[in-house]
Amino acid sequence: MMARWGLRIATGLVLAFIYIPILVTIIYAFNPNRVATWPPDGISLQWFAAAAENRGLREAFSSSILAALGATAVALVLGTLASFAVARFRFFGRETVSFIVLLPIALPGIVTGIALNASFSTLDLSFGMLTIIVGHATFCIVLVYNNALARLRRSARSLEEASMDLGADALQTFRRITFPQLRTALVAGGLLAFALSFDEIIVTTFTAGGVKTLPIWIFQNYRLANQAPIVNVAAVIAIALSVIPVYIAQRLSGVEAATTR
Amino acid sequence: MNALYARPRSVASLLMAAPLTWLVVVYLGSLALLLVSAFWTYSAATDTIDTSPSLVNFGEIIASSTFRTIALRTIGMAALVTLTTAIIAFPIAYYMARVASHRVRGLLVVAILLPLWASYVVKVYAWRIILSEQGILNWSLEPLGVSGPGYGDVALWLVFTYLWLPYMILPIYAGLERIPTGLLEASSDLGARGRQTFRRIILPLAFPAVVAGSIFTFSLTLGDYIAPSLITSTQFLGNVIFSQLGAAGDLPLAAALGTIPVVLMIIYLLAARRLGAFEAL
Repeated sequence: MMARWGLRIATGLVLAFIYIPILVTIIYAFNPNRVATWPPDGISLQWFAAAAENRGLREAFSSSILAALGATAVALVLGTLASFAVARFRFFGRETVSFIVLLPIALPGIVTGIALNASFSTLDLSFGMLTIIVGHATFCIVLVYNNALARLRRSARSLEEASMDLGADALQTFRRITFPQLRTALVAGGLLAFALSFDEIIVTTFTAGGVKTLPIWIFQNYRLANQAPIVNVAAVIAIALSVIPVYIAQRLSGVEAATTR
Repeated sequence: MNALYARPRSVASLLMAAPLTWLVVVYLGSLALLLVSAFWTYSAATDTIDTSPSLVNFGEIIASSTFRTIALRTIGMAALVTLTTAIIAFPIAYYMARVASHRVRGLLVVAILLPLWASYVVKVYAWRIILSEQGILNWSLEPLGVSGPGYGDVALWLVFTYLWLPYMILPIYAGLERIPTGLLEASSDLGARGRQTFRRIILPLAFPAVVAGSIFTFSLTLGDYIAPSLITSTQFLGNVIFSQLGAAGDLPLAAALGTIPVVLMIIYLLAARRLGAFEAL
């Protein structure tokens, strides 16, 4: 009984530790004072209005959305293909696929960043939105792949075999049997990919050239005293746009969806 | 199409063509280029890169006490953060997996999961505000007559622990949940007390999950330069790699420095695989 209460208290403390910094950021976005002293002076929406007027922030926001959409699209296609091959076929190197797919997020982001930076420079690609998307897609594939693979492994192969036995061709079977089973897993994986891309800063720094995404904008502006309140607003937007997709993804496909980041 | 389906190998290679091309050409190709460029040399005087292979950069790293200190500091920090997150994560993971009701468990998983995805740079920034001179930490500690750590390596340890904690909680939770209840019952039927069951059954079975979590905590700490640059004034591996490439334009030296975390992580991943951590991911 004692141990049980100890565990409950520990759980409560950890939850407080996890949530307090996020709550503090949200509270400061509504703080009328320019300086972030504690406790805040009151409640105001003035910085949200100021943020909406801020051109740099608006551009950073749309860059982030664009990058995340592009990366998610690529990751969806590549992740689905790879998961389908691994789940339904035997081929040489099958065991290695999961490893290679995982590598871009398992290795430190700075390594992925400088590696991509070096090869883009060598190829004389101009840094910008396209290079950001290529970089993000690389580490987003695993999210779609893992979600789709988990779903494919759980769904019965016999349904597909039955479909083929009844005369459907491979494409029909995919469209009518496999894809409907896979759909929510793909939406979940895609939402996770979106959230991860939307937040990413380290690889982005090395692949963005002059483009500023929202995290980069926040990182570059946090020092500027007169920008501090707007940075707080940007922070709230960044939290919302990653947490909401993940929440939906979690509802769609259960716990396993978002656990492998 | 059906004829194709009868030849699974060719379908598999068709399916794998695009993802493999992407990952092998874009990603592994870049990594290979990075590895090769670590053996090039950069001349600041002429701002040119000499591509004839040499070990100059590695020699420079090994000879420089600054780089050695920074590498050791980074590894030490990664190890410390991994240990701290494991210690903090275990009780809550255990509560989630083996004590909480089904409904509470679901809520807790979401509660741990969501902040993991909340913007990383925002979380570091939040800690900057919390740790500041007039921040909430000093404000709440003031009645006790103490003050927070301020900015520095201790604060960075705290921030890293905060940032990577969910990465440790979730695999341990999953690992603990997988332990069949029958094993624990068998252990107590055979006369083991709670503590013995914990040490002899639960800990060994949960260990691969801890290792799985540590892959993330270790790797993420090794390569980070944003949190150090916001929270402390000391240099970590990420900072020097960043400044070698960014400010100095010395790709070869940056690449050579970058091989340190890569080699460390490859050794770590191979060891983790031996310990069964991949099944626990």
